[in-house]
Amino acid sequence: MLQRIVIIGAGQAAAQAVATLRAEGYAGAIAMVGDEPYAPYQRPPLSKAYLMGTLERARLFLKPDSFYRESDCELILGVAVRAIDRKARSVLLSDGRTLPYSMLLLATGTRVRRIKCPGAVLAGIHYLRSIEDVDGLNAVFQKGKRLAVVGGGYIGLEVAAVAVKHGLDVTVFEAMDRVMARAVSKPVSDFFEQAHRAAGVKLLLNTGVDAFEGAGQLKSVKAGANHFPADIALVGIGVVPNVELAKEAGLACEDGIVVDQNCATADPAIFAAGDCTWHVGREGIPLRLESVQNAIDQAKHAAYAMAGKPKTYSEVPWFWSDQYDLKLQIAGLARADDQIVVRGDPTSRKFAAFHLRDGAVAAVEAVNAPSEYLVGRKLIAAGSHVAPEHLADLSVPMKSFA
Amino acid sequence: MPKIKYIDEKGTERDVEVPAGWSVMEGAVKNLIPGIDADCGGACACATCHVYVDSAWLEKLPPKQDMEETMLDFAQDVESNSRLSCQITVTTELDGMVVRTPKTQH
Repeated sequence: MLQRIVIIGAGQAAAQAVATLRAEGYAGAIAMVGDEPYAPYQRPPLSKAYLMGTLERARLFLKPDSFYRESDCELILGVAVRAIDRKARSVLLSDGRTLPYSMLLLATGTRVRRIKCPGAVLAGIHYLRSIEDVDGLNAVFQKGKRLAVVGGGYIGLEVAAVAVKHGLDVTVFEAMDRVMARAVSKPVSDFFEQAHRAAGVKLLLNTGVDAFEGAGQLKSVKAGANHFPADIALVGIGVVPNVELAKEAGLACEDGIVVDQNCATADPAIFAAGDCTWHVGREGIPLRLESVQNAIDQAKHAAYAMAGKPKTYSEVPWFWSDQYDLKLQIAGLARADDQIVVRGDPTSRKFAAFHLRDGAVAAVEAVNAPSEYLVGRKLIAAGSHVAPEHLADLSVPMKSFA
Repeated sequence: MPKIKYIDEKGTERDVEVPAGWSVMEGAVKNLIPGIDADCGGACACATCHVYVDSAWLEKLPPKQDMEETMLDFAQDVESNSRLSCQITVTTELDGMVVRTPKTQH
């Protein structure tokens, strides 16, 4: 009987799955199909060191080529999957081949959300998700150019930080009333807003972009009644999960491919991991996560299950972002009605916002504050209760809570 | 190219060439050295690239920054010669450096 795991996707989760499958003793064949022409690479540095020019392309790759050889993993790159035939247990590839599988791992990731407004296809409008995207952006990333960043989320702000360092004239357009509103609490948003302003970024809140203007080439950005001259635009308004293959194959999908806590779909031969999954979080609420942590941990759990050793996925989510000299580290998932306790003075550029829920630490957002982050992560995992007044008191060391 | 010697917890030695400018973590990952996870890829965000630096080489390294110091504080089995390998940049002066990988990174 055929023993071949086919992995659709060639990102962080795909690479991790290969490593864990072999570590767990899976002895069958593995094939990884990716539509980009590259073996799995790290995406986080794309909007940071790679854009900055301080990290060359070779250093982006997650594993050396020898890893795939030694893991006996066939890399099928620059090839897309057209369809999954669950009955025949095979996938149809864009080069016309049919690839049979005994088990399938969907690690299809996400794609950027395209902005829909007049002028959205003008030259000079960029997105950031892949090596090619950054290479395209780098080619026009020159001192003095006017850059319009659409969306004040992680990607937009990370690019803004690199751009001002490069001497570009940067304006960020954010539709909400604060930056990174989806990711962090208000004290942290406010802090980053000030940091960007202080660095010379123009930041427009409550300002959605209505149109891009120009004849062929971008000349300006229209927001409300105003026209802002711009040579380049970087659109960072989120991503959408690649669920189409799963959906067309009849697998349940919400805002992601539905999986259980073993990363299994309803088809016993099909698993999914990473940004593309809709899974039950450790708090019992279904959600989709876009993070390295989730890609790594879900890939491990999918691999455990595929190797016949399922374990329940209940990791504490963690995230990070680098902007200027500021390292933002987040653990746990915040909710709007959490009690927020700020520890440290934001003006010192080192502080943390803890989220308490029913007295227990539910999330922490730490800026240049690794103790707060690491202890916070432990407290979240343990569901520990901490007195807010102690948490807010810098004279009580973080270690005493651990 | 500088050579770095990685010794795992079982005592197996691996000598690999690591380009100057790369980190000791990258040298390990790109050469399939076991025992270094480096989940975050070198952003000093995960503390899963902990190594023990041979004492003869320790003083040749630039001192730890606050971030590394604190992240290490919470790693497993930390010793006085513990470092995060993503924060050590390989230079020609470090040719021949010896690092040991710990039993676990988690």
